[in-house]
Amino acid sequence: MISRVAPVATVVLAIVLLWYAGAVALNSAWAHDKAKRANVTLGFNELVMDTWAQEKPRLPAPHQVIAEIYKTTVLKKITSKRSLIWHGWVTLSATLLGFGLGTGLGISLAVGIVHSRAMDMSVLPWVIASQTIPILAIAPMIIVVLNAVGISGLLPKAMISMYLSFFPVVVGMVKGLRAPDSMQLDQMHTWNSSRSTMFWKLRLPSSMPYLFTSLKIAMAASLVGAIVGELPTGAVAGLGARLLAGSYYGQTIQIWSALVSAAILAATLVAIIGFLQSITLRRMGMVR
Amino acid sequence: MIWISGALVFWVLMWMLNVKLSRRPSSRLVGLLVPAIFGVSILVIWEALVHGFEISPVLLPAPSAIAVRFANSLPTLWVDFVQTFVKGAMSGYIIGCGAAFLTAIAVDRSPFLQRGLLPVGNFVAALPIVGLAPILVMWFGFDWQSKSAVVVVMVFFPMLVNTVEGLKASDHMQRDLMQTYGASYSQGLTKLRLPAAMPFIFNGLKICSTLALIGAIVAEFFGSPVRGMGFRISTEVGRLALDMVWAEITVAALAGSAFYGSVALIEKSVTFWHPSQRKR
Repeated sequence: MISRVAPVATVVLAIVLLWYAGAVALNSAWAHDKAKRANVTLGFNELVMDTWAQEKPRLPAPHQVIAEIYKTTVLKKITSKRSLIWHGWVTLSATLLGFGLGTGLGISLAVGIVHSRAMDMSVLPWVIASQTIPILAIAPMIIVVLNAVGISGLLPKAMISMYLSFFPVVVGMVKGLRAPDSMQLDQMHTWNSSRSTMFWKLRLPSSMPYLFTSLKIAMAASLVGAIVGELPTGAVAGLGARLLAGSYYGQTIQIWSALVSAAILAATLVAIIGFLQSITLRRMGMVR
Repeated sequence: MIWISGALVFWVLMWMLNVKLSRRPSSRLVGLLVPAIFGVSILVIWEALVHGFEISPVLLPAPSAIAVRFANSLPTLWVDFVQTFVKGAMSGYIIGCGAAFLTAIAVDRSPFLQRGLLPVGNFVAALPIVGLAPILVMWFGFDWQSKSAVVVVMVFFPMLVNTVEGLKASDHMQRDLMQTYGASYSQGLTKLRLPAAMPFIFNGLKICSTLALIGAIVAEFFGSPVRGMGFRISTEVGRLALDMVWAEITVAALAGSAFYGSVALIEKSVTFWHPSQRKR
């Protein structure tokens, strides 16, 4: 346990130290500027203290970000528009909806691709090509167009999440559904099983490890999709809107707190899938 | 009505053709023809449906309108392409992937650092890094340098994780053999472990090639000079000139595919020995 935690802890500690050092380096110009106007000379200690406590620093120190997160989660009411939990929930709901839609689309495409050769040959290359299009770039257009049609709110953002998250699922599930080797498939044939039995009893169970690996990637991707989807809506709600509003008004601490909470959200979601994965695979006897 | 029924008939015909083609013994020609037919039929149906339902060009322009717009605004598209792709994405891609590669080699001799960096790298690779874009735009200004910085941060960790993973890919027997030859560390690295890491490195390079373009375009939403693909997309959406947006998307798709394709081609010639590259 120690041998696994110690290296990670060292790297994380190094990152935090670098962060504090970076805050000093990036914010000292403003601190010097301020001191000059006030006609005081800064000693080293005062300089460092000042760079870690500015109101609009170029790089806020970690404790400032944590304080801001604490202020906007615990001290604010959840229904308040300043509550990070409320914004996080807006993003989370779009993420989950998009993730669900994307997973559904991905699995059904994969089932079609595995069972129909025509679909395999015509759809799969385009699925791969579809990801070389930077979809995030189209996000503003999708949002605006869907708004014009009358679809607004959750769905447009979820569509972008869906587009980003279906791809890893298709690729992973095609691989997974094809994972049973010919011996196992032949065995099923000798039992005279139909294609659907073969699917439910052999292909689907053996695709589970691939499914969960893809789901983790899909979840991370759909969170990115939801955040970018919030940018063009004019900064109304959600973590992406907090980012944009923060960048308009130079509220760096707000940007960083939105970023850190997005990171926490991503880590939690991926960890939940990892947890489900270990339970499912253990119950199916697939853990090696 | 005639457009819609025409589209349906065309779809059914093309699908039957594809089913027929895919039943034939696979060859190179069929492998290219089938997806091509599928792509063309989608374009034709798109065109027909736009005419059939009389969808306003503000919502969804027809492919023909996009093609006309594309042909008419080549100079603008080229300027945007140079600004976003060549200056922003490519420079960031090279710096980011290069730095990640060098970092991976630097931590290679310390298993302690590796064990620390891998989980952290995997974690960061799953984060919404795009969110850093506004901050980096604030730090590096509106021009391509900030876009390049966003791309560097986006590609660094996926590339690092893949390279570190790759450097572990050679097995014990092979490393022992190098030792019996009396190979030094650097010889072992250049003659055995780097070549063995190439499939992983190229996997990272391929993932990063799509990330780079996305990063450069999204970073432009947070501020850019009056050129660039992201800038054009966000302003033309505001003016409801969707045919221009789609022309820009076409450029992005072509550039992205060409970039990915060229990395894949280099991969093919470098890792010709790997099972996944052999002819089936």
